[in-house]
Amino acid sequence: MLKSSTTWLLVAKRLGIALITLVIVSFAVFFATQLLPGDVAQILLGQAATPEAVAGLREAMGLNEPAILRFLHWLTGLATGDLGISYVNHMEISNLIAGRLANSLKLAGVVAALSTPVALCLGILASMWRGTLLDRTISILTIAVISVPEFMIATLAVLIFAVWLGWLPALSYGVDVDSLGAILRAYALPVITLSFVVSAQMIRMTRAAMIETINTPYVEMALLKGASRTRMVLVHALPNALGPIANAVALSLSYLVGGVIIVETVFNYPGVAKLMVDGVATRDLPLIQSCAMIFCFSYLSLTTLADMIAILSNPRLRR
Amino acid sequence: MTDAPLVSVRDFKVGATTDGGRKIDIIRGVSFDIAPGEILALIGESGSGKTTIALSLLGYTRPGCEMTGGTIRVGENDVTAMSETERCKLRGVEVSYVPQSAAAAFNPSKRIMDQVIEIALIHKLMPRAEAEEHARSLFRALALPEPDTIGNRYPHQVSGGQLQRLSAAMALIGDPKLVVFDEPTTALDVTTQIEVLKAFRSVLEKTNMSGVYVSHDLAVVAQIADRMIVLKNGEVQEEGTTEQILHAPAHPYTRELLAAFEPVQHTPIEARGRDVDHPLLEVIGLHAGYGRVENREPTIKVLEDVSFTLKPGRNLGVIGESGSGKSTLARAIAGILPAYRGSVLFEGHELAPDLQNRTKKQLQRAQIVFQLADTALNPAQSIGTILARPLTFYHGLRGAARDKRVNELLDMVHLPKSLRHRLPGELSGGQKQRINLARALAADPVLILCDEITSALDTVVAAAILELMRDLQNELNLSYMFISHDLSTVEAICDDVLVMYKGAVVEALPAARMSADAQHPYSKLLISSVPQLDPNWLTSLEQDPELVAAFSRR
Repeated sequence: MLKSSTTWLLVAKRLGIALITLVIVSFAVFFATQLLPGDVAQILLGQAATPEAVAGLREAMGLNEPAILRFLHWLTGLATGDLGISYVNHMEISNLIAGRLANSLKLAGVVAALSTPVALCLGILASMWRGTLLDRTISILTIAVISVPEFMIATLAVLIFAVWLGWLPALSYGVDVDSLGAILRAYALPVITLSFVVSAQMIRMTRAAMIETINTPYVEMALLKGASRTRMVLVHALPNALGPIANAVALSLSYLVGGVIIVETVFNYPGVAKLMVDGVATRDLPLIQSCAMIFCFSYLSLTTLADMIAILSNPRLRR
Repeated sequence: MTDAPLVSVRDFKVGATTDGGRKIDIIRGVSFDIAPGEILALIGESGSGKTTIALSLLGYTRPGCEMTGGTIRVGENDVTAMSETERCKLRGVEVSYVPQSAAAAFNPSKRIMDQVIEIALIHKLMPRAEAEEHARSLFRALALPEPDTIGNRYPHQVSGGQLQRLSAAMALIGDPKLVVFDEPTTALDVTTQIEVLKAFRSVLEKTNMSGVYVSHDLAVVAQIADRMIVLKNGEVQEEGTTEQILHAPAHPYTRELLAAFEPVQHTPIEARGRDVDHPLLEVIGLHAGYGRVENREPTIKVLEDVSFTLKPGRNLGVIGESGSGKSTLARAIAGILPAYRGSVLFEGHELAPDLQNRTKKQLQRAQIVFQLADTALNPAQSIGTILARPLTFYHGLRGAARDKRVNELLDMVHLPKSLRHRLPGELSGGQKQRINLARALAADPVLILCDEITSALDTVVAAAILELMRDLQNELNLSYMFISHDLSTVEAICDDVLVMYKGAVVEALPAARMSADAQHPYSKLLISSVPQLDPNWLTSLEQDPELVAAFSRR
């Protein structure tokens, strides 16, 4: 479908807003990490360090410069792909993160690919047969999953599948992944746990968005034109619920990159979230900042994408 | 006409389950027939079950309702005994539906053509190209502009009157035997309504389709129906030909409905002990608008250079169609929307444009009553609390004195004292509007701005509210500024009338001689567009097409 220039202008505007938000967020991330208690040089050198040594290190690390200058240095570094050097093991942050990010994205990708279609289908089905046994079953299950904290689900999954039944390995990293079956087995537990948590939200939001559209006069009109229930829901209701659904999906999926720390910890999965926690423990500021920026970036890009879907799926914004 | 009726409904019942799980009957055993080619009107007030019956003819009940007894036969089909899949095959082909608000019934994300021909595609009546051709010929028959390309637009790109005619095309595409019109012109302005009614009637006359026309407006129905059924509380009150219902109504309820149409002449009250020479309200060159402010002027200008005076004890009516700026005028005078130019003089003193800078005394003397009591009354507060608030705010009343005054106010609007403990949701529409009025009276005002306060009410209820307002005016020496799109309501309560069009006053007229004295072409058009009970009104109505084209946004 041909989109007019106004639509693209709106999309460009939305992208511009995302960019501005990213700068504001980077500002917040940088200064929030500055607020962490303790002096970096002091911590790095340990308790036995002389004051001269600490002062020297501060000078060498540029910690005496005004914060705003350090922020600008850091920001230009970010923009050019230079994430800085770890305080702790003096490796390039980009090298540290690269492998971890790939792991995280792999896990997130598998979960997203698996749970999004399933969740959308279940949400749409529940709204279509609202009030029936199917709807109630789906609602009760999703509420149950939302109410149980994820570490509970993760721990229970390990207890049942790894400890009692012995079907799947409890740890997903470091086990042999020489065959396809082994890979599937290694990923099974974290993927199942994350899918549960993520889909429950998506199902509920999809159902709510769909029901709101199904209750509109034009969907009733479709039924009065002789459309079947399937046609009514898929052809008339779904396109108009696309905006809110895309936003619900984006919010759920953004959780996969940053919010999975508990799941990564329980299954000893080497992703970015775990790296960040390690960074906090060792007060490795450049590492923490980079991880935080990655989380914010993924969150922002997902919500921006959802908003753009909402803009493009709404013909009222075309002239 | 053949002897066998196309539709026969026998002892038909519909039940509903309330939120509390209680079962109630909505339709209590209704029977009627419709002959081929006949147009039957279902007349009644809100809650009379007219739409429920109309939808049942398509084998459809709204969620929460179900058919509980009796039979409906349409042609060869026993609708009541059919399965959902069989009913789907009936809809659009045998019976089709023209909705109340086409603006809401068109899917905003699909092109008009795709929605108009959808019936033909769902039921595989004809190939797509043929269906589109058929749709274009229907667009022509319904006198739609640019019939060849209008289908490529989206619903938000055409006007309300056009959408309503497009929805008729949508219903007629499958060549049904019966078309159900569900209040299809209620949401339209009067000048637009005429065009739509004419289009419907000419299409129905050319075919041998039967029709069911659901409406609360007897005058509209009189133009189009052969026969009428008067409904109340899900029961048939009276059935007869249009002529008989209009001229020889047998049932008291029908007479009551017709009586609400009788023109009521307003007699001005005497302004006792008041300075009648000085205006109560004087508006001079008022400009107001919305949107971003540039050079101290808002970008969307609504009111332009409105001036008028209102003497004490007199009532001023403001009439105009949607978008004419009549509500904006009330909001600008009340200070809710500050005017950016011009001045409002109230009791001789100039009022500040915005609410915050007016004195409490000024606020207390002029009150506003909004159209929808549902949204104007806080649903979580009891009636007593709602009425007590202005009493404390303006008069500092508390305790027993305040309770006594709340009771007096309820008495003034003819409601029982026991109502003070109820919530707004537990009251009927008319009762809520009375509370809305009582809240304004609590301040002891001399001027009440009434913004379409009877528009959402049934005619009989609205007539009672107007009666109450007249009584209150005599007792309390009030003046009203009465905003309405309904000319007969304005006639019944006002002394003078302002006709508004596109944010400007086009003419000021005495209410009693509106049609006789109107000089401005728009006033004439508006006044002549109000439907009359005479069934030949639409046929004999002659409006200058150039005038119509100039003033109505069809």
